[in-house]
Amino acid sequence: MLKELSCPKCGAPVTLESERQQIVVCKFCAAPSVVDFGDREHPRLTIEESGVIDTAAAVSGTSLWGDAWKRLLKNKLAVFGLVVLAVMALLVTIGPPIFTAITGLTADYIPDDGALLKSFPPSLQHPMGTDEAGRDIFARVLQGGRISIAVGIISTIVSLIVGVSYGAVAGYMGGSIDNVMMRIVDIIYAIPYILIVIVLLSVFGGPNTQVLIAWLPSIVAGTIVGVAALLAAFWIYRRVFGEMLARSIGEKAIRLVSGIALAVGVFLLIGAATSVIGETGLGASLAERYSDRVNLGLSQIFLLFFALGLVSWLTMARVVRGQILSLKNQEFVTAAKATGVSTPAIIFRHLVPNALGPVIVYATLTVPSVMLSEAFLSYLGLGVQAPYASWGSLAADGVKNIAIFPWQLIFPGVTMALTLFSLNFLGDGLRDALDPQTRKF
Amino acid sequence: MALLVVTLTWGLIRIAPGTFYDSEKRLPPAIEANIKKKYGLDKPWYTQYFMMLGNVTCRTMAADETTLNGVQFSLGSTRVKCFDFGDSLKYEGQSVNEIIRRHLPYSATIGIIAYILALIVGGGAGLFAALRQNSIYDYGSMALAMLGLSVPNFVLGPILVLVFALGLYWVPAARWGGVLNLILPVITLSAIYAAYIARLTRAGMLEVMRSDYIRTARAKGLNETSVLLKHAIRGGIIPVVSFTGPALAALLAGTVVVERIFSIPGLGNIFIQSVLNRDEPLTLGIVAFLSVLVMLLNLIVDISYGFLDPRIRYE
Repeated sequence: MLKELSCPKCGAPVTLESERQQIVVCKFCAAPSVVDFGDREHPRLTIEESGVIDTAAAVSGTSLWGDAWKRLLKNKLAVFGLVVLAVMALLVTIGPPIFTAITGLTADYIPDDGALLKSFPPSLQHPMGTDEAGRDIFARVLQGGRISIAVGIISTIVSLIVGVSYGAVAGYMGGSIDNVMMRIVDIIYAIPYILIVIVLLSVFGGPNTQVLIAWLPSIVAGTIVGVAALLAAFWIYRRVFGEMLARSIGEKAIRLVSGIALAVGVFLLIGAATSVIGETGLGASLAERYSDRVNLGLSQIFLLFFALGLVSWLTMARVVRGQILSLKNQEFVTAAKATGVSTPAIIFRHLVPNALGPVIVYATLTVPSVMLSEAFLSYLGLGVQAPYASWGSLAADGVKNIAIFPWQLIFPGVTMALTLFSLNFLGDGLRDALDPQTRKF
Repeated sequence: MALLVVTLTWGLIRIAPGTFYDSEKRLPPAIEANIKKKYGLDKPWYTQYFMMLGNVTCRTMAADETTLNGVQFSLGSTRVKCFDFGDSLKYEGQSVNEIIRRHLPYSATIGIIAYILALIVGGGAGLFAALRQNSIYDYGSMALAMLGLSVPNFVLGPILVLVFALGLYWVPAARWGGVLNLILPVITLSAIYAAYIARLTRAGMLEVMRSDYIRTARAKGLNETSVLLKHAIRGGIIPVVSFTGPALAALLAGTVVVERIFSIPGLGNIFIQSVLNRDEPLTLGIVAFLSVLVMLLNLIVDISYGFLDPRIRYE
């Protein structure tokens, strides 16, 4: 029996001609390895002891994810990114309370000493200096990191949920449904979304968040009522007229017409139900009851999650659709269909998990782009607002004083750039690891 | 499609509480009613919506109507007027079209120069990195590209100002003026696109250089220069072309920041001002104008695919 072995020096495969062969010369790097197996009755060395690695044994027992993990660990930049992100995550989660315990400073502590100049350069007491109001920048960077990372992750999760379901349904359904769904994505793609986000945030931001709170219950209730009414109407329609129509104009036409009717109906009914509930004063009374309990700064941040998630699902939908298209004709889907699995179950239990690789990669690359958008909006004064802080808003504050107090920009800016740098490297590394076919050579 | 955007924007502005007039000092009710009548704000919301829609697209003009806004022409005996966004509320007596026309050149100049610079720098770096794959140039330029992707432009801009304008006195720090004033804004704006384009070009070129048609071209005995210039670049540049669409949208966002940093009176600055002032006609006008612009450019990009890559054909 011939064994597949690998050279101890360069790792290239080495073939033993026979079990008795004593010296093997690697064809690749010409390094000789001594293999002394002895007799069958008097074994001197096992394969492990000979220093020659049995690749056959090493390969058996690794999974796809295990392989990917190994490839990722070989990529030094990706590991660097992973380590930086782990440290950053640790710092922002447990950092603020520890820092407060040590120095007694919190992120929004303003010293009340009446001094005119409150911006101090980095010192032992303030590792990153203080800002205009005398607040410790290190504490604010730690606190801001929580919000920046939260915005990045939560918006990405929003875009994951929307994008994956949308793309998967479009890809699996195919035909005219796919066509319509992807045209909608194309249309939204062409809209300069940043303008819409700016309008959305400035219109509903700040004190106007109250209005959103007043509308929110109306919109939610309206949606539920609208969808329920529509489903009932649809069911009745199929039961009563379905067969008659199918005979006259055909099944496909019915599906098309009912699809369009469904879309228009959902839109109209949600609007109608929303305005009815809004008019009856239910929304207003709710808003009145809760307005003093709602934290304006926080609701601004939630608006940010929503607005950024809303615009970043498009590429995700395209990526997922592409994956699903290549997967849906494979045997395991046919098998699932044959055993009577329902369509939603096929999509979400069988197809989506198999498309996970590119989704993870793209999600990793969405986080930095969302964080950049957040920083951009905060810079314009539309994002996170005081007393809350994010890396973007801290850097934006620092920009104002750059010529006199450069540390107010440098520390938040560098922290943010380092995090984005790591995320980008990790995303690149993950792409190479999870999807070796598309790796950039 | 542009109508969809206009409707969405109009709806968002309308739902929001407060109007332009809230911020001004309280007016006597009679005057307020008159102003509202002038802008049609006294009518129900659906009438206002259709009035807005008519003005924004096309409508027939009343016989005694005289206005210089929009595009006017005659169809038989009826006069038709198109693309009229009305007057700005904040800048009285100035039409939205006029404001856009006045401020667009600033933004367009910076945007176009920045994109060309990004194409040259990014494309060159990417090409070079792909040809000298795994060399020190490759790693160097890719690390630099990654850095470009990770530094927000509102951080990069002030740092450039600090070093080159306030430190070395090479270029002016801000405002509009000669060619020297353009240097810093253009660099700030183009950094992130140069980084993107460098990465895309490198990936695209590496893939193309391994494809069969390049091997064929080499086998025919073509020298390396013409293989590269005539065959490889056309295929390798496709990812860059398809990036143009998203880049245009992002370029808009970029100009907003850059114009703010360098105090340039461009469209981005005016847009932010109009949103914050609740200057509804101006906001609407700018959104509609930019949407149409981006859509047109996207269309051009789509059409140019066919010329670049004969494998892509439209039925």
